[in-house]
Amino acid sequence: MNATPKTSADTPVLLDVVHASKSFTKGDGGDLLVLDDVNLTVRPGEVVGLLGRSGSGKSTLLRLIAGLSKPSGGRVNYLGKPVTGPAEGISMVFQSFALFPWLTVYENVALGLEAMHIARDEIRRRSLAAIDLIGLDGFESAYPRELSGGMRQRVGFARALVVHPNILLMDEPFSALDVLTAETLRTDFLDLWSDGRMPIQGVILVTHNIEEAVQMCDRILVFATNPGRIVSEIAVTIPRPRDRNDPAFAGLVEQIYVEMTAKKGRTASRISPASGSGIDTILPRVSSNILAGLLETVAAPPFSGRADLPEIASELTLEIDELFPAAETLQMLRFADLEGGDIHLLPEGIAFAGAEVDERKKLFARHLLAYVPLAAHVRRVLDERRTHAAPSSRFLDELEDHMSPEVAEETIRALVSWARYAEIFAYDDETGQFSLENPT
Amino acid sequence: MTSTRTAWSTASRGAPSRFDLIAFVLVVGLFAFFAAASKGVLAPISSLDVTPISLDPAQLPYLVARSTLRMLAGLLLSLLFTFTYATWAAKSPRAGRILIPVLDVLQSIPILTFLSVTLVFFMSLAPGRVLGAEFAAVFIIFTSQAWNMAFSFYQSLRTVPTELTEAARSFRLSGWSRFWRLEVPFGMPPLVWNMMMSMSGGWFFVVASEAITVGPTTVTLPGIGAYIDLAIRQKDLHAVSYAILAMLAVILVYDQLLFRPLVAWSDRFRFDSEPGAPAPSSWVLDALAGSRLIARSLRRLRGFGRMLGAAIRVAPGSSSPDVAATNAENLDRIATGVLATLIGLAVWQAAWFLAPDLGWQDLLSTFGLGAITAIRVFALIALASLVWVPVGIYVGLRPKVARVVQPVAQFLAAFPNNLLFPFAVAAIVNFKLNANIWLSPLMILGTQWYILFNVVAGASAMPTEMRHVSNNFHVKGWLWWRKIALPAVMPFYVTGAITASGGSWNAAIVAEVASWGDQHLSATGLGSYIAHATTDGDFHRIVLGTVTMSLYVLLINRLLWRPLYYYAERKFRLS
Repeated sequence: MNATPKTSADTPVLLDVVHASKSFTKGDGGDLLVLDDVNLTVRPGEVVGLLGRSGSGKSTLLRLIAGLSKPSGGRVNYLGKPVTGPAEGISMVFQSFALFPWLTVYENVALGLEAMHIARDEIRRRSLAAIDLIGLDGFESAYPRELSGGMRQRVGFARALVVHPNILLMDEPFSALDVLTAETLRTDFLDLWSDGRMPIQGVILVTHNIEEAVQMCDRILVFATNPGRIVSEIAVTIPRPRDRNDPAFAGLVEQIYVEMTAKKGRTASRISPASGSGIDTILPRVSSNILAGLLETVAAPPFSGRADLPEIASELTLEIDELFPAAETLQMLRFADLEGGDIHLLPEGIAFAGAEVDERKKLFARHLLAYVPLAAHVRRVLDERRTHAAPSSRFLDELEDHMSPEVAEETIRALVSWARYAEIFAYDDETGQFSLENPT
Repeated sequence: MTSTRTAWSTASRGAPSRFDLIAFVLVVGLFAFFAAASKGVLAPISSLDVTPISLDPAQLPYLVARSTLRMLAGLLLSLLFTFTYATWAAKSPRAGRILIPVLDVLQSIPILTFLSVTLVFFMSLAPGRVLGAEFAAVFIIFTSQAWNMAFSFYQSLRTVPTELTEAARSFRLSGWSRFWRLEVPFGMPPLVWNMMMSMSGGWFFVVASEAITVGPTTVTLPGIGAYIDLAIRQKDLHAVSYAILAMLAVILVYDQLLFRPLVAWSDRFRFDSEPGAPAPSSWVLDALAGSRLIARSLRRLRGFGRMLGAAIRVAPGSSSPDVAATNAENLDRIATGVLATLIGLAVWQAAWFLAPDLGWQDLLSTFGLGAITAIRVFALIALASLVWVPVGIYVGLRPKVARVVQPVAQFLAAFPNNLLFPFAVAAIVNFKLNANIWLSPLMILGTQWYILFNVVAGASAMPTEMRHVSNNFHVKGWLWWRKIALPAVMPFYVTGAITASGGSWNAAIVAEVASWGDQHLSATGLGSYIAHATTDGDFHRIVLGTVTMSLYVLLINRLLWRPLYYYAERKFRLS
């Protein structure tokens, strides 16, 4: 994994992750693997992107590197020494900003230095310098609640930079911001980085936004889920500053979409039909409205049954965290097929898009029972019982043999919402009961 | 030390400002108050008999000051307890499994029992001095405040946002500074709110504890409670009125000088970042914040805190985190083991203490008495709900009225209503009413306000759009109450009812027995059972009555209130 564009193998290594894995203990005592055998090397001057969907372990990896949690296997070395706790020289920018609301901008920034027991004058000088650098001049005495999201994240950046880290870790730092603000912050950051005005030597960026990864990174590691692992590494050689309208840019984005929807081998896909033979398939929570909307859009011109995923993403302004689960659900239900970064509708998908409400529900119900084993399983149990009712805990227990309680809960929720749309069985949230009865 | 730019240091430089003057007066006044009030604390106990309390109203300021000092001491003790106990429970899941249920039980124990069983012990701590009795009074205030403060802080510690903790850790803040810079600030707003809530209990029991008889031991501590006790014995309604007026003044001052500033100050620790309701304000806080004098001393204090932190912190890098973690783990295991042993011993001790003297007959009869008190509490809560829920909704939907009613209701909740008992008792004696029925309302006199101000808060929080929708669809009358108003205030109402119920159980011990001069009234119930046992100094019956009441409170909480609360939260919470 050392094929890097800007640096060669003999430059010093900032960070070295070797065969790192992480598992959590499940409710029944078994282990749940969330990160499997990850290798990663960061050298000075690099921006490395960790790209993947939620649950692919990229944030877990970032926390291993930050020393906030320990790997279950393998090791993380920073400047040749193992990371055993939060290391001096590695700092982090958080998705939710993680500012202390009771401290002013200045106090938030100074906090990291105070913990380092530096002379007060020095703290003041460096904090003001960091505030200056990041464009927060004049906001020193403001409290976070007075600031907009973009300004808050600037504080997050200033706080991370003031400790003069070697490596800056960024955990989806722009995903809580609106599109325009995120873009401004990204370009400001890249300008500082290109000019070498920040004290940092390397950056690791966690993101689920493909364009953002291509715009910012020198190398992109694509993560897959279940368990979280790196499936491919893509070098970005487009010269900076990068233009989104550049054909090379668009080409690379397309290429990554292809990687992430590849059908064969170890795919980035979260629900692969091949493994969907049992009831243990994880179901993503996708609203039937999104499914119907996606089918309609792809069926209609200009796509007429086949669409490029990047195009459809921008057409519907869907992030990959929303688009991929929807597309894969359609694939699982045999309404559509995904290949080479494209989605194309199967005959049933086209039929669905052209149908009326009742017909759609019937079609959806048929496919749900035929291709989602868990749906068929629940229905069978309800049919067999004399009361035609069963508690959801019964199915949760079964699922938890294969997945974490949270994921099992999500899977049941997804099933409930699809089953309600398809009207194949009912669910009462207050009693937690599945039943065949219609609500009165 | 001038490098941090904070709100405190924004005071204008140069000549002392008017804020300095106000702050100075406040501080000097505070010192004078402490000096005057604590004068009698170290006096030999015989002085209590030599200089008996008289009903002269001129004595009231001094008596009130003594009571207030006890309140403050109790509050400080509660804070200390909160920061240690709750922190241990939250940081160590193993200890938490024991500590939290223990807290739950402690919370259910009627507060006066704490006094009756510990009074002798405290008196022996400082033999022959008033100090021992003072300890006991402070302890009872502590017991009326500490539990829910600890609960609130425990909850806060458990819900500190993960990313904030991660940020603090990744910037390598030590455990000590994480506690003071992240965890305490985060828990501050709910803690201050709970302090305010427990104040009412505090005032109630400070009044009750200043004149108490446990068997042969009678304590009369100079304070407003002793004053009113004397007034009752001498049937002096005028004196009772003076005491009530003095109490009103004290609560007002307490509110203005202590809680209003605390609430306004703790508002900056609110975590939800959206600017919502107008920030609470306090003129005292403004004066203190505006004063350079105060700002300088605070900075000094902060410097001291840092030094303390540096002294406590284990030198970084001196041992690997793994070793430190193992050590902490072992320590935790030992401490938890000791704790479990102690609790086991206590239970065994209690059983051994009760078994030989009390038979099944006693057990059954106390349970019967408990049922009678339970019926009283429920009937009164139902009655109060019937009155205050509609009123609360009416008021809450009218912001102008609500702004007036809300503080009044909170004020009434904080007022120690046992000061009002004499009026009621005098009336019952006068009109020869049935004590079993007419003493009951006293139990809810102070606690009903929790229902009112929670419902007001709930109705005020009802979104305008929801109101518009009901207007738009012409939802009126009973349908409106059933489908809109009542569900909307449900979670708030349940919170209020839980507090009211807990308070009423506690008040039962004081409310089921009352006297006026030489007339003694008593209602049948578990409260009067404990009260009589206390006066007789019969520790077996005190403990049995207490255990029974705890059981009732715990069971009612577990089987009724808690499920109801979660149900209301899940089903009706608007968010």
